[in-house]
This record gives sequence, C-alpha cells and structure tokens, in this order.
Amino acid sequence: MNIQLTTPLRQEDLLKLKPGDEVSLSGIIYTARDAAHKRFVAALDSGEKLPVNLEDQVLYYTGPTPARPGQVIGSAGPTTSYRMDPYTPRLLDECGLKGMVGKGDRSEDVALAVARNDAVYFAAIGGAGALIASCVVSCEVVAYDDLGAEAVHKLRVKDFPLIVAIDSNGRQLDDS
Amino acid sequence: MRTVDYASVVDEVASACIRANRELPEFSLSYYRTALKRETDNRARSIIDRYIQNVAVAAERSLPLCQDTGTAVFFITIGNGITLAGGPSPLICDAVNDGVRKGYAEGYLRKSIVSDPLYERKNSTDNTPSIIHLEQCEGDILEIEYAPKGGGAENMSRLKMMTPADGEEGVLDFVVQTVKEAGGNPCPPVVIGVGIGGNFERCTYLAKKALFREEPHSDQRYAALEQKILQAVNALGIGPQGFGGKVTAFDAHIEYEPCHIASLPVAVNINCHVHRHAVISL
Repeated sequence: MNIQLTTPLRQEDLLKLKPGDEVSLSGIIYTARDAAHKRFVAALDSGEKLPVNLEDQVLYYTGPTPARPGQVIGSAGPTTSYRMDPYTPRLLDECGLKGMVGKGDRSEDVALAVARNDAVYFAAIGGAGALIASCVVSCEVVAYDDLGAEAVHKLRVKDFPLIVAIDSNGRQLDDS
Repeated sequence: MRTVDYASVVDEVASACIRANRELPEFSLSYYRTALKRETDNRARSIIDRYIQNVAVAAERSLPLCQDTGTAVFFITIGNGITLAGGPSPLICDAVNDGVRKGYAEGYLRKSIVSDPLYERKNSTDNTPSIIHLEQCEGDILEIEYAPKGGGAENMSRLKMMTPADGEEGVLDFVVQTVKEAGGNPCPPVVIGVGIGGNFERCTYLAKKALFREEPHSDQRYAALEQKILQAVNALGIGPQGFGGKVTAFDAHIEYEPCHIASLPVAVNINCHVHRHAVISL
C-alpha cells in the first residue's frame, strides 16, 4: 500500500514513516543539485535569504533534460545524493527543510541531521527519468537560471513514487 | 583512399547521440529481462519492472532514458586511407564534436560538461568537449562507437596500481571492493569494465573499452575471471538501486595489455543499468 503525502510536509505524517515504506508524493517540490546547494550555503554564510523558502519543503536532486516543445519537462530522474551531504545538514537545521529526494546512501552526519529535524530522505528510482517525467505536472525555473540544468526548478508533481530511505529517527533502509 | 564528407560525420554522430539516449540496444534490454527472471524479492522485481517501463515511456515520448545524458565518449577506428573533406576542419575529432553539439541540441539532451573542473565550473552549454579515443588501422574503414557515460557511475570507478604479487586474488578483491563501496550510488545493476595492465592511464582506457564488449573474453583464463567477478559481486546482495537483490551486476568484462615488470595496474569502470551504446560505420 502506498502512503499518500503532499507538500508542504506535515510533521505528524513524517513521524509515521519507516524505512522501506512506499510513498506517493504530490504538490510543489524544488530541484537542486551540486551547484545550487553550493549557492544556498554561500547565501547562508553571508546572511542572505535563500531564493526559495524551504520551510517544510522537499528538495529533489535532479537536473532535468530540456523540455521538448509541448512537453512540461524532459527526463527527470534522481542524481546521486551523497554529493549534497556537505550542504544538507545546514539546510535542515537552518532552513526548515523536511524532505530530500535522491538516490544512494547518505553520510552519518546527514542521517543525524534528518533525525534531529524530524525530516525524511526519500529514494526515487535512478535511471528511470522518462518514467518520472510523467509525474511532473508543471515546471518553472525559480532561481539560478544561469546554471542551466542545475538551476532551481519549481515542480508540481502528482503521485511521484518514492521509497523512505532514512526515516525521521535517522534509521536507514539498508540498516535493516 | 576514400573521402568522407565532414557533414555526414556530423549528422551520423548527432543522430547516434539522440538514438543512444532514447533507445537501448537489444543486448542491454536482455540484461533487464534476465534480471527479472533471477530476482525473487518483490522490491527488486518492481524496480526492474520500472526500468522496463521507463524504456517504453522514453520511446513513446521521445525522451532520454535518463536525465544524465552523459559525457560523450567515443572510440574511433580510422583507416589510413580515409580523408575527411568538405568541412571547416580536416580532423575527425572536430567533426565528432560538431556532431555532439548538434545532437545534444536537437535531441533535447542535457548539457553536462563544465569547462573548468575546479574553479568556475561554468557549463560549456553544448556538451563538448567529448572524450575521444582514436585508433588508426590500415585501409579505408571509419567506425565510430559512442557511449553517453553518466556521472554517478563514473564517480564510483577506481584505479589501483597493484603489484605482481597481488595476482588474480588481488584483482578480484579490488573489483569486488570497488562495487561494494559504490553500493546503490551508480544505479545498480551495473556493468563492470575491468582494465588490467598497460600503465597508469592506459589501464583506465582498457576498463572503459571492456564495458562495451558483448562476448566473454577470448582467453579462457580471463573469461573465467570475468565469471568469478560476476559471481562474487552478485553475492554482495546490493541489488537494484542498492535495496537488496540477487543482481548487483549484469555483466563483467576484462581487457588486458602488456605492462611493466614492476606493475599490475587494475582499473574498474562502472556503468549504470541504462547501458547505452551506439556504433556507426561510415
């Protein structure tokens, strides 16, 4: 049975999730990968506001291919998450971020920060970007346009299939 | 002697880039079918099932199979009787890079190359330069092999300068350890390319070349080692996406070359489950 979740995420829903749970996510999510994360943290360092409010929001680690004419988005699967590990704890601790979507394992520091903030790390299916694109209802660039595929996109998704990889207690799927 | 038109190289390379990113060769599709037969775990089966659905959706909507349309890697075999004509340059590498520019633009493929790796990291905006391995031969053949190589799996690849005393066991351990440490990161089930011998830089080239061979090695000893690697890696239980399963690798291939008396270089290049590849003969 899939668990239905919508953004902004609600704490009571997140607390119920366990590693391995299958989730269908709907609502607004924001894309960010390596270059955008670096800029987010640089903004925090200089005391600036981030270009998007991450409170109770979800970041999706992806850099989509360009949309073909008449389509909402190109291929849009997850990229490998560990590259965001150096930046993630600050986004959780300082910006109220509650969910991340990517693929692969996270560092111990990230798992601790997830637990500390009652957040969740979800895994999407890597290498299935065309299939995942079918879940994207709308897409617009909202920050760092100069980064091309690495710009921050605001996506509206419907029934995006995810697996809970780190739950709000910091338990990882492959610990079990 | 044979003259090849520059524009035809550009066009053929461009269409290979688009095709290889949207459609898997039959050989790669058979990996999915075999894995589906072998996996018994529900989650592992459902992930492979989605890989297969992804192939159908990509074809139906003319979308790339994966958003990471890769570094464009080429193996070019060019005969000494080939002359390139009619273009802005007499060099095959220039024609191939022009083909990449055209294919990545017209195919709505992602441009994933930054010009300076350490400081500006500014996107080159046309996915060039590509990585081109050029080999000469006698005659007038021109064959171009293209593989879009995703960053996630490439990042999990390793090189180790081993010593002759490490032997077969050392090589096997190193390959298995590399796949184990990669875990779910490279989008398993993976294909493993192993380069043995040559020297520091040649060994990694051999590993990349090994990825795209379809048959077992013609030397029985190396073919047996390929099987040992595959069995040991699949015993790790990493499975599809790293969530557990019997199939961690679809295949393992080795290429070897002579090396120095002091050395045993070993390189492991990992490819993701979207094992994309195209060959053009001009």
